[in-house]
Amino acid sequence: MAWKIFMGVLLTLVIVLGIGLPMSPHPQTWYELPVIPGLEEKARIIFFHVPTAWLSTLAFLTSMAYAIQYLRKRDPLDDIKSSAAAGLGFVFCVLATLTGAVWAKFNWGSYWNWDPRETSIFVLLLIYGAYFSLRSAVEQEEKRAALSSVYSIIAAVTAPFFIFIMPRIMTGLHPGAKGDPNGAGPVVEFKMAPPMRVIFFASLIGFTLLFIWMFRLRVRTAQLEQAHHAKG
Amino acid sequence: MPGDSTRMSSYARSVMSVFLKDWRSELRTRYAMNALLMFVVTTIAIVLFSLGSEGAPSDALSGMLWTVIFFSAMSGLSRTFVMEEERGTTFTLQLLAPPSAVFFGKLLFNLVLVLGLNAVTILLYLALITGFVIQTLSIFLVAVLLGSLGFAAAATVIAAIIARANTRGTLYPVLSFPVLLPLLLTVINATRLASEGAYFQEAYGEFQILISYIVVVVVVSSMLFEYIWKD
Repeated sequence: MAWKIFMGVLLTLVIVLGIGLPMSPHPQTWYELPVIPGLEEKARIIFFHVPTAWLSTLAFLTSMAYAIQYLRKRDPLDDIKSSAAAGLGFVFCVLATLTGAVWAKFNWGSYWNWDPRETSIFVLLLIYGAYFSLRSAVEQEEKRAALSSVYSIIAAVTAPFFIFIMPRIMTGLHPGAKGDPNGAGPVVEFKMAPPMRVIFFASLIGFTLLFIWMFRLRVRTAQLEQAHHAKG
Repeated sequence: MPGDSTRMSSYARSVMSVFLKDWRSELRTRYAMNALLMFVVTTIAIVLFSLGSEGAPSDALSGMLWTVIFFSAMSGLSRTFVMEEERGTTFTLQLLAPPSAVFFGKLLFNLVLVLGLNAVTILLYLALITGFVIQTLSIFLVAVLLGSLGFAAAATVIAAIIARANTRGTLYPVLSFPVLLPLLLTVINATRLASEGAYFQEAYGEFQILISYIVVVVVVSSMLFEYIWKD
């Protein structure tokens, strides 16, 4: 219970401070965010867009972990967890795509540029779509669980080519891409001002807790639904 | 050890016999070959119609070549597994051969099909589409060979899933596309480099991605195949 209240307070603070803190070219006090040339007020997207993209990846990995667990133990609960994580991942994937696209229109001039990272989120959307089409195509529960687990693992081993490799070795618009003056590479060097950094990591933690909460709710609902079906 | 070598050779023999079984039954009906060939001809005709007498930039043509290959392959490669389900021979095969031997036998069969398909498609494409010229043959050949191997590996394991899901053809491209996309984008890039006359060294990055893709997909698929194959 306590952690849910903590999460609520954390996310409220992130939203209020992330949108409300003033920006100035030469920050004097702790609560002033620096102005980044070329981004200005638009820099605030990092508090909301990056956590959603992070969650869509985290959910994807969670789904894969439970898929492996299912294949090892054949416990139906693991399949429920795997598909619950995938469902949430899909929601956050759509959110990351939409927030990114709207932002790109204002900062890069068009909604979609096929920047490597845009390609990778598009592929993630496709994978989620394919995963759910496969699930809806198989009626028998055990077969559905086994096949979708296998697919989720295969998709998860090929997706890193997009999520981690291509955005860094190809030129693109996102930070960390090849040709980025701040350094390209697997680890993007953090050049965030301290107050921004605090809000950013608070947001990451808050969103992750939100994910855990939603995940547990979904698993419980799915379990209840199944028990209801079993009763007839 | 002598014991190991006999076990190894009996394993290799069952891989080969799965391959030969599929090969013979394919020669009898020529279902997959005909489907692939007709699909290639049809899609290249559509490309020709839409291009008309106008040319297209080399990167668009490289992309279109692999679009033709992707959709043609999707029309025929699921055949190996769907056939077993349709004839009801899955169970017999489960009894007679270890799962990974079945996987590698089918992979070999699909690899032969993909190589044949790619050879025909590329020859037709080069002959019919005048704007498409390969300047660095070495890049192109390596890219096509590695691309075919990766393509066959991913297509085989997805075909196994499809056959078990009783959905036959409709879901096949849907499930394959996201898995094959890293491969397709890399191969398209290498083809573009080859048609622009880049030096062989310039394509090293592409080759590295292709090789790591092949290793990852073959290893993971052969490990997971057992779970698809056995109920």
